[in-house]
This record gives sequence, structure tokens and C-alpha cells, in this order.
Amino acid sequence: MNFVVLQFPASNCDQDAVHGVRVLGHSARLLWHKEHSLGEADAVIVPGGFSYGDYLRCGAIARFSPVMQAVKQFAENGGLVLGVCNGFQVLTEAGLLPGALIRNRDLQFHCEHIFLKTATNDSPFTSQIPSGKILRVPIAHGEGCYFADEQTLASLKANNQILWHYCDANGNLTETANPNGSLQNIAGICNERRNVAGLMPHPERACEPLLGSADGKLIFESMIHALQSRLAKAA
Amino acid sequence: MKAKIIVTPKKAVLDPQGKTVQNALEHMGYRGVKAVHVGKYLEIELDGTDKEAARQQLNEAAHKFLSNPVIEDYRLEIE
Repeated sequence: MNFVVLQFPASNCDQDAVHGVRVLGHSARLLWHKEHSLGEADAVIVPGGFSYGDYLRCGAIARFSPVMQAVKQFAENGGLVLGVCNGFQVLTEAGLLPGALIRNRDLQFHCEHIFLKTATNDSPFTSQIPSGKILRVPIAHGEGCYFADEQTLASLKANNQILWHYCDANGNLTETANPNGSLQNIAGICNERRNVAGLMPHPERACEPLLGSADGKLIFESMIHALQSRLAKAA
Repeated sequence: MKAKIIVTPKKAVLDPQGKTVQNALEHMGYRGVKAVHVGKYLEIELDGTDKEAARQQLNEAAHKFLSNPVIEDYRLEIE
């Protein structure tokens, strides 16, 4: 499978994303934000970082990069898109995901490991995560508080679009387990069509035991599984 | 022409910055501070003299880009 990892000025988790995919034995390459075409791509990763210095708002400028037109088209055609951290911010700014990410509730930048509870296996980003397994993944962000109005939150719930919640080691959704004040402890969501997802934690930084956790692999494995299934169906 | 745009967080959005600044003001001894909201101020210098055309353009820019309507409101003045 071919993963394309976007690169905006000041993206800094792009290399990690490429590495994470390669560790799983699949192909990944970087794509500069000025490119108008994705080329051969089975999935797109919008990586973490501080694109454009977080100027104006996180992801607000990156969303207008030339490559994002291609990403929008790719998503419209059903392609898989995963936004990590700044990538999640870019996707909400681009309107590919609902809601917004705002400043952490306690105004502190949080750089630590957190626990994630998978809310549903019914998505190409979570299908391979064993039921009940709590994922241990690092976060590193100052503006990761997920916000959406009442209507949007209700809709996310109704459509099963919430993919991950912040939880404690035992899977409880507590306030202390929530590092940034995200409403309903929401750590990651997908769109209605379930082909675009975003999360604030960094699965690409939890792909090898050496990094302290290999739980992040499960998210990439889910994507690969979905892509392989599609290929099998088409054949 | 000069356009002045003030971007503020929507009332429904938690504003921890505003709260923090309010607490600090109180700690510094300033009384009677009911609330503080921290926003953004942009100044845009424009060519030409057609205020209405500029207002139309900037409203669009403010809605699409300069503010995020999910979490922010904006006010636009042109002089």
C-alpha cells in the first residue's frame, strides 16, 4: 500500500509517520504541500507539527495549500485520510472534519503518554484494535481541546463518529484522564462517510516497543486492512 | 483605506486565556472585573477608495479564513 505523508512548512512529524508505515512493511513517501497531485496514493496522512508556525490559528493556513485540493478530491472519492495532531487541526479547518481544536483547558502544552479507549471498531481506522484494548500513545500539543457545538456533538454521537476517548489506565473516561479539556473526552473522530479521521495523539510515535508503546501500529494496521479488503473486493 | 478586524471567541466556547487574565487582574488588585475575553486584532491596509467593495471582500475573507466561524465571531470596520 502507498501512503502519502504531506509536508507543510514546519510540519515535524512527517518523518515519523513515514517511518511508522514502513515499520509495518508498507510504502510511504513525503509530499510537499505545493504539489497539485497526490500521485499514486492509497492513503494520505496529514502529519503533526506547527505548520506555518501555527500563525493565525493552527492549520488555518495549511488548509489552503495547493495539495489540500487534491486531498479534498481524494477524500471525496472515498480515499482514506488520517490527520494527526496538527493534521487533525488542518482537517477541521478545511471542513473535512467537524468541530475545532482550541487551546488546552489549563493553557499548558502537554507532552506525555495518555490512554485511549476505542469507541467503535466500525471504521477503517479502528477495525483491528482488539475489543477492550486500551491504547497507550503520546501526545504533544498546546491546542488539542476538541470543541463542537451541541448539535454537532449530538450528530457525532448519533452517527458513531467518535473513534477514541481519553481514558485512564482502566478505560474510565475521567476528567483527570483528559489532558486538554476536550468535550466528552473526545480524542479523535471520523467524518460521516468514515473515510477521513483525525486524532490529537500520535500513533506514529507508538509504532515500536523501543518508543515505549507499539499500540499506535493498530491504527495503521486498521487502515491497511481496510485498503487490502477494498482491493480484494475490487478483484 | 484601513480595515480593522476584531476576532473574539464565541460565547459558547471556553476561554481559559480570558479567565486566566481575569484572575491575574484580580490578583493585581483591580476590582470589579466581571469578565475578560481574549481575541485577535488585525489591521489590513488596502488600495483604492471603494469602501463597499472592500467590505464585501473582507467579510468573505474574514468568514473563510481570518476567523473560524466554528469558534469565533468577528467585527469589521473600514476607515
